[in-house]
Amino acid sequence: MPRSTKESSLSLEHIAYLRRVRMEKIYIRIIQLMILVIALGLWEICANVKIVDPFITSQPTRIIKTIIRLYEEGALFHHIGITCLEAVVGFVLGTLLGTMIAIILWWSEFLLKILEPYLVVFNSIPKIALGPVFIVWIGAGPAAIIVMTLSISLIVTVLEVLNGFLAIDEEKIKLVQTFGGTKFQVLTKVLLPASSPTFINALKINVGLSWVGVIVGEFLVSKAGLGYLIVYGGQVFKLDLVMTSVILLGISATIMYQGVVYLEKLLVKNKV
Amino acid sequence: MNDVVEVQNVGMKYQSLNGEIAALENISFKVRKGEFVSIVGPSGCGKSTLLSIIAGLLSATNGTVLLSGEKDIGTSLKIGYMLQKDHLFDWRTIYQNVMIGMEIRRIVTPEAKDRALELLKTYGLYEFKDKYPNQLSGGMRQRVALIRTLMTDPQILLLDEAFSALDYQTRLVVNQDIYAIIKQENKTALLVTHDIAESISMSDRVILLSKRPGTIKNIYEIKLSCDNRTPLSSRETPEFQYYFQEIWKGLDVHV
Repeated sequence: MPRSTKESSLSLEHIAYLRRVRMEKIYIRIIQLMILVIALGLWEICANVKIVDPFITSQPTRIIKTIIRLYEEGALFHHIGITCLEAVVGFVLGTLLGTMIAIILWWSEFLLKILEPYLVVFNSIPKIALGPVFIVWIGAGPAAIIVMTLSISLIVTVLEVLNGFLAIDEEKIKLVQTFGGTKFQVLTKVLLPASSPTFINALKINVGLSWVGVIVGEFLVSKAGLGYLIVYGGQVFKLDLVMTSVILLGISATIMYQGVVYLEKLLVKNKV
Repeated sequence: MNDVVEVQNVGMKYQSLNGEIAALENISFKVRKGEFVSIVGPSGCGKSTLLSIIAGLLSATNGTVLLSGEKDIGTSLKIGYMLQKDHLFDWRTIYQNVMIGMEIRRIVTPEAKDRALELLKTYGLYEFKDKYPNQLSGGMRQRVALIRTLMTDPQILLLDEAFSALDYQTRLVVNQDIYAIIKQENKTALLVTHDIAESISMSDRVILLSKRPGTIKNIYEIKLSCDNRTPLSSRETPEFQYYFQEIWKGLDVHV
């Protein structure tokens, strides 16, 4: 605020301005909530008066009932837990391995030049096409799903982090070298700390990608998980179950994304 | 041994697919203890290359560089290098930034910590020691960068266009500031710049390099009639214009 705290009486224009800003925020929240309530309400009403067939579209009350039923059967957290576990493991592994490979490629420019065409090819392949391969190799189960997830996020992470490294000002590296710094010190003192925005970006991309990987993996092969519920529900025409799973999936993915946002705040605090 | 730096017949060639580029040829000069020497020359004449060679960041194609009479390999504690931008690390506090050289050299001793605080205190930055770089002004940041360089107690400071990134007013103030610190700490300095006025205002000698391949075209002894010389008072002396004209003619700039 440009006004100093000494000036206890703010000008009328400034008070009006502050109120405008605050009101705008409140309006935005109200409208956001209204959209949700109206959408759910319309869905419910349309289903009740048979404008749409709730057997096909499901409806909010049925979804709530399904969640309660799943909970009572003790299956709710089992399915959510398995999917989240696969997503988190795939996500963390993808980020860690991707960063490690990026470091190795930065370390040896020669290796980077050799591997460049392979990276391009692997980046271009729709990794989902490899799903059946992973299942045959690794066996049907969570491991195959995690590898699926990993394969989707790995190359993107490598490229993202490597580009982040290469974009760092050469002069910053020169500075460390003028103090006699080794390549390893360049890595730990400059590259890694300077890359925290890049990591956060990579994490944000990977959150989305790892959910794609997990769900595709579960579609292909699984006995539990939200992706399994979606496929199973579709096959036996229990659209309530499908819709419920999609909504649970949306909530889980959002929570994970918010976790990354929180991490970002932790990392960049004090530095602005 | 009064010569802190002795450059003997240094030449540098860069290899590229389009052929060889001779950046420097036959460069020889000495810098005496306590002296402030500037190197000016047209852009691309290899000024910064020369500084990198003296710092041990690059190895010359031929010739040798002696630091206090010793032939040195690689970067050494004797050298303090200042770059165009301050390159303070945003993720470190001012104190941590000042300590980075000691960390890299693995000499974070209690004495080093005391020295850092001492220097910060002397140059009016003590109260900012726990702040982050983007909370400081450009001039203060440059002062932090100098303290970071002074931490390893170098025998010679190499200033590579160290003021070029600053706006003109800030630059004059920082010139004044850094000059005072260098004199107070009794350091020898070698400044690379493209700013003729800056070189005259700060230096005892100005070395003029020719276009590529850079060779020494002339060396000007700067003798100004003023007591208590500072960069700003130097600019007011009657001889200042004379040297400016001489070096300007020597630079032989055509656009």
